[in-house]
Amino acid sequence: MLVLIVGAGRVGSAVARSALAAGHEVSVLDDDPLSHERLDAGMDSTWEEAGGRFTVGTALEIEALIAAGIEEADVFIASTNGDNTNLTIAQVAQKRFDVDRVIVRVMDPARSDWYREQGLNTICPTKHAIEMFNASLGLTA
Amino acid sequence: MYVVIVGGGKVGLNLARELLRSNHEVTLVDQDRATYLRLEQELEHVVQYGDGTELWVLERAGIGRADLVVAVTGDDEDNILICQVAKEKYLCERIIARCNNPRNLQHFRLLNILPAVSATDLILNLIEHEVPGHGLVHLLDLPDEQLEIIEVEVTPGAPAEGRRVDEIELPDGSLIISVLPSGGGGFVPKPDTVVNAGDEVLVVLDPGLEDTITSQFSGNGAHG
Repeated sequence: MLVLIVGAGRVGSAVARSALAAGHEVSVLDDDPLSHERLDAGMDSTWEEAGGRFTVGTALEIEALIAAGIEEADVFIASTNGDNTNLTIAQVAQKRFDVDRVIVRVMDPARSDWYREQGLNTICPTKHAIEMFNASLGLTA
Repeated sequence: MYVVIVGGGKVGLNLARELLRSNHEVTLVDQDRATYLRLEQELEHVVQYGDGTELWVLERAGIGRADLVVAVTGDDEDNILICQVAKEKYLCERIIARCNNPRNLQHFRLLNILPAVSATDLILNLIEHEVPGHGLVHLLDLPDEQLEIIEVEVTPGAPAEGRRVDEIELPDGSLIISVLPSGGGGFVPKPDTVVNAGDEVLVVLDPGLEDTITSQFSGNGAHG
């Protein structure tokens, strides 16, 4: 299974490493070459030696998505630091490249909810944070 | 008409000014505090501060009753999102999006965010129009209607040169709607109007027929 992860920040790079460790083929696209170091950090070998792929490019550029393997991807994860970038490329992956599973990180709960209703698999970390704060304060939602 | 404009740069500000001058109701939204304060000096209550891709900001701006939503921020992904929720969540009938990077135009089309206006493409079209000898100019593209209007200049030796309009071999799905003689003036041609070298011809056509049509008017004798 090929997992394409766009945006290798803390979340994207951690998910990339887990997916690779679980035996999946993993390709990462990020516009910052430094993100590559985040993938290597704490590993015995480099990201590539471990079997991972890394492409430097901008998420909205079709050529970059193709170079990173979107045409063969079974799973597409949009985890850049921009909600609107994530929502746009997730729809490109879904509608243009027919990727089977598209997962998109959206920090804003309102946008996350609405796009989930439209059929996108959104994940909203902000919501989890709110729930955890509430729980530690003994509040129920 | 009530218009919500997101993005208070030069485009957004001047649109707001012009619409207000024509007595339309306008709300202009900008997410940069300094820009907002500057705009507010001039436009007062018309301007609202906030990230126009946040749903509550759009709702506060009254997107639910907007006749038109114009997204002219400097970020294409923001303009796409604003127009998408305007159309699909708030059922706004008309949207206009600015496309900053022409390479992103395909994303606007894919998500049906149209019309998307690209300044680069507008300037390119003007250059096409101004550069002499350039065979073909797209005057109008209506992708939804599957219709285009192009302008071609008749070059000496082209198959159509010196022929009557009804003798020119054009493919089905195309029609000559105007002949503009090189000496000036334009008119709607009759079947016996003769097309001469140097004339400009306007043709309405189904997309994809450009090459067949240009070969008739600027084929340089390739077809005889």
